[in-house]
Amino acid sequence: MAHAAWRYVRRNLSLVVGIVLLGLLALFVGIGHLVVDTGKSRPLSAPAIRPPSADHPFGTDRQGRDLLATMVAGTPLTLRIGFIAGFLGVGIGSILGFVSAYYRGAVDSVIRGIVDIGLTVPGLLVLIIIAVSLRKGLTVDQMALIVASLAWLNPARTVRAQVLSMRERGYVEVARLSGMSGPEIIVKELMPNLLPYLAATLVNAVSAAILASIGLEVLGLGPIDSPTLGMTLYWVNFNAALINGWWWWWLAPIVIILVVFLGLFFLTVGLDEIANPRLRRAI
Amino acid sequence: MRVDYLARRCGVFVLIVWIAATLNFFLPRLSGQDPVRTKLLQQAQLGGYVHSGIDAMVKDYDRRFGLDRPLWQQYLSYLRDAARLDFNYSIANYPRKVNELIAEAVPWTIGLLGTTTLLSFGLGTFLGALLAWPGAPRWMRYLMPPLWALHAIPFFLLGLVLIYLLAFQIQLLPMFGGYSAGAFPGLNVTFVWDVIRHAILPAMSIVLVATGGWALAMRGMMVTTQGEDYVTFAEAKGLRSLTIFVRYCLRNAILPQTTALALALGNILSGAVLVEVIFGYPGIGTVLFHAIRENDHFLIQGIVFTVIVALGLATLILDAIYPLLDPRINYRRT
Repeated sequence: MAHAAWRYVRRNLSLVVGIVLLGLLALFVGIGHLVVDTGKSRPLSAPAIRPPSADHPFGTDRQGRDLLATMVAGTPLTLRIGFIAGFLGVGIGSILGFVSAYYRGAVDSVIRGIVDIGLTVPGLLVLIIIAVSLRKGLTVDQMALIVASLAWLNPARTVRAQVLSMRERGYVEVARLSGMSGPEIIVKELMPNLLPYLAATLVNAVSAAILASIGLEVLGLGPIDSPTLGMTLYWVNFNAALINGWWWWWLAPIVIILVVFLGLFFLTVGLDEIANPRLRRAI
Repeated sequence: MRVDYLARRCGVFVLIVWIAATLNFFLPRLSGQDPVRTKLLQQAQLGGYVHSGIDAMVKDYDRRFGLDRPLWQQYLSYLRDAARLDFNYSIANYPRKVNELIAEAVPWTIGLLGTTTLLSFGLGTFLGALLAWPGAPRWMRYLMPPLWALHAIPFFLLGLVLIYLLAFQIQLLPMFGGYSAGAFPGLNVTFVWDVIRHAILPAMSIVLVATGGWALAMRGMMVTTQGEDYVTFAEAKGLRSLTIFVRYCLRNAILPQTTALALALGNILSGAVLVEVIFGYPGIGTVLFHAIRENDHFLIQGIVFTVIVALGLATLILDAIYPLLDPRINYRRT
């Protein structure tokens, strides 16, 4: 058993790399919350612009935030935006994708039309218009909802394509002939086969949502008094930390964002391998 | 048929333009308050030298979108303005019109984005095809991990790192702007060279990331086509392996790659906006960034609308070219 597991791990290295990267991040946040006082992530709680030292291992920024505390407090907030938006997006998107592909006809044309048009429009700009219209001190959760408003497009398209190919398979035909209703077939026959795809789609959606939220935040449309990773980059840009040589200010958020994106990316590749075993031959 | 196909695509384009204008009109009104009016009133209360301009703007805004007119009339007059790309004055830069500001920034964005997209798409497709070629040199396999890793990074993040390494530490290239502060714009060698030097870093941060994505997608498609029956048949016929590779595998793998390009333009643009902000590059992204800072609603709406329309147009052109690449499309009737 252990031997078989080891062999699978060796074949699906991406999955392991993804899980390890995200696990390290979880460890950092978990231990950080126990050891570090996250209250130090508020402005004026530390001396301004100090390079890393024993007191402030990641240094401090210009408004007097301790950057280690900011990272410990901000990383889960950024992930929270990603997960809320990702789950909502995949939930709504896969329902639409199922309905669209299973019932075909007019419903399908409408949903497909909306998705096709929605995907060609630059998402960030639409989100900007939404955020600008609603802006009155956004919270992290409102931010997640804004990002979710476009996060369902991609899942809907992926799920629709998968269901379209599945509904022609033999076992669906058998279920239909044996008198199962449409929703029953969707839940009992299609859903279990789709789960690995949905998992990969979910990870993708979370990653896209985090990217979109960081984009909005860098532009100054984020939750202005939350210490999320994107807001930290906004302050980096706002204070021209790069030109002033305050390297520690942007190093920490960049490294963490890199770990987040790389971890999620390798996780998708690994899940794809589970979802689509035909890839095994290729790689 | 070809004409059907084009007509349908043009219809979709008009639909996109209409939806963009409608979103622009209704979204700010959904929140209950009128952010434009609030901003204008704020500005008017601040007074000062811009006061007369604000008065004129409020009057103009009232004439078009006055509360005394029913919503549908306001909506129609907004649609008419949008169709003529007339977005009123910029609140922060009165007396300059929004479309003037956009027209100034657009060439920079098109230059940066066009070059980098073509470059990364071409390079990535070529690399991806090579990666799937059995005869490719061995060292090419070591290219895969860095391509994968780069591809997962947002453009602007790489941009930050590049600025620090190549502009701040070793001062090889300028770190900020589209041309040097003292340079006099004109068509001469010094200025053009200056512009190119400023464009290298932003372009690099887009190309390095995007190439990996295209290479991965192309390699995946190549692997799929190489497993097709017609390739086995071609091998059985005894065709040269180069012929099989180019005419049978590559030719077919290019098609989904082109479709993906049309779909990816939106994402590339969203990423490039942030790259411009990081580099202070004088394109649409930077103008948008300042507009957001100043709460300049007319300018924000104008930019979003213009970009969506421009992108719709680019997708339309790509889709119009597509039948030339894929002869099957001519016969499809739907």
